[in-house]
Amino acid sequence: MTRPMRATAVGVVFAVFVAGVTMLFLYFLNYPPTVAAAAATTGSSGQEEIHLQTVPALGYGPHPTYVSYLADINGKWVHTTMFQLKANTLVHFTIDQYDTGSTLRNSFMDQVQGTVGSTEVLNGGSPVRIINDNTDNGIGHTFAVPTLGVSVPMPGIASAATNVCSIAPCESSFDHNTITFTIKTPAAGLYPWQCFVPCGLGWPYGNGGGMSTLGYMGGFLKVVA
Amino acid sequence: MTTDAARPAPGDRTDRQHMMRIGIMWLVASVIGMVLVYFVWGPHMPPGTDSNAAKIQQFDNRVLGTVAVPVMAFVWVYTAYALTHWRVKSSTPVDEIVDGPALKGHRGFQAAWLGITSLTVISLFIFGTVELDTNAGAGTGSGQVPIFTPTGYNVDAAKSKLLVVQVIGQQWRWTFRYPQYGGLETAQMVVPAGQEVQYSVTSLDVIHSFWAVNLGVKADANPGVDNVAFATADKIGSVNIRCDELCGLWHGAMVTTGKVVSPADFKTWVTNAQATYQQLIPFLPPYADIYLPQVDGGYYDPGQDPLPSGPPPGPASPSAIP
Repeated sequence: MTRPMRATAVGVVFAVFVAGVTMLFLYFLNYPPTVAAAAATTGSSGQEEIHLQTVPALGYGPHPTYVSYLADINGKWVHTTMFQLKANTLVHFTIDQYDTGSTLRNSFMDQVQGTVGSTEVLNGGSPVRIINDNTDNGIGHTFAVPTLGVSVPMPGIASAATNVCSIAPCESSFDHNTITFTIKTPAAGLYPWQCFVPCGLGWPYGNGGGMSTLGYMGGFLKVVA
Repeated sequence: MTTDAARPAPGDRTDRQHMMRIGIMWLVASVIGMVLVYFVWGPHMPPGTDSNAAKIQQFDNRVLGTVAVPVMAFVWVYTAYALTHWRVKSSTPVDEIVDGPALKGHRGFQAAWLGITSLTVISLFIFGTVELDTNAGAGTGSGQVPIFTPTGYNVDAAKSKLLVVQVIGQQWRWTFRYPQYGGLETAQMVVPAGQEVQYSVTSLDVIHSFWAVNLGVKADANPGVDNVAFATADKIGSVNIRCDELCGLWHGAMVTTGKVVSPADFKTWVTNAQATYQQLIPFLPPYADIYLPQVDGGYYDPGQDPLPSGPPPGPASPSAIP
């Protein structure tokens, strides 16, 4: 092989390598995808709404056994925990909770905190302020944004339930609890959120697995102006 | 081994003259540096002056920084002198470059070296111990049975005359309990200015470290351990609280802002907080020094799990606080 040919070959290989690294970098910049809350269909104009679900096992991807959140994008469930919300806006959350429950590590999070009215609505009933994690089905997961003082406990489904969703995305025909609440978003910024139920079964203190892996039981609220 | 070329020429300085020049430069640099460090930089050293513990730590940092100046100055002056005075000139022919004279032991120098360094270390040890003793641990986590305690401290939180704030770490947030106010637990730490506070720090899972930065309070939060620190906040304002022990995915987000308020505002805050969490308090476990996991994942579930063997819950009346 002549010198020009060798130089050309090296150049091509180098270019392919650089392109590959760049594509990988761009892929991870946008993964998991950020889901923007939609304009609310109820309430005053300017409000937003977002629909999420928590599942006992994702069922696919590199960690199919991890518990996880998913987000509804135009009727399609997407595996992501990055939610984009508009600043200084009322955002209505609806979360379908398909997992069984347990006691909380700290019952302090029995109380709904940081939502409008400091309440949540369970299965369309009356607003409630406290879910006792020591009774009934315990707490399945929480949606909490510590830096905003938001903490919403979500009851688990009955441990004896037979119609349990095992693989995401879960259809509404499976046993679940629907929790709704509203928060007022703060100024623009990136706010981490997470679940506080030790739901990473099989790991010390229940905080491994999906609890310690970004994109499953924690993520960011990307609040934009 | 030396050669004639390496021996000092008649006009060259002797070792004693070199050492004299180095000594004078070191002395001047040390005095200037010590004054600058103590009086100019010192008042701006962390953690500031927002509490008695912070003031003590700042003073300690000033003293340690000042003591370090002569050591640093000696290294810098000697290095600079050697580079400028004993450097082989570039014009020196290669075959004339020779090694310097062999080092020989010097009993006086060795004795001085050992004596000065030993004196320095022992002095700092005594200084540090006195500082901890006279300042109730100077804001540091001192374990379950602190050696250096302030007046009014009692290992039983219910009997302590200090305001007890239990700091509970868990992956990944802080909560705060006030055993003398019926076991009230809150998401925000609020303490009154001018009152000695006993921070009882523990964890519900892994090792965290409670660091109230501008109050100068830092105590490891270990599961199963009640790590006690003391401090009196002096200035009304905010408290920068963070975790100082790498504790997992959201360690970097384990930050919160506390408040130092006037004693009157503190009582108002307690009243409001008790109203806010009135319904929640019965669901919380009884106050205990530590909280250990139960088989179901919870901690001392009321009526379900065995109760802890620690001290009983504190009095519900705020009047119990001095």
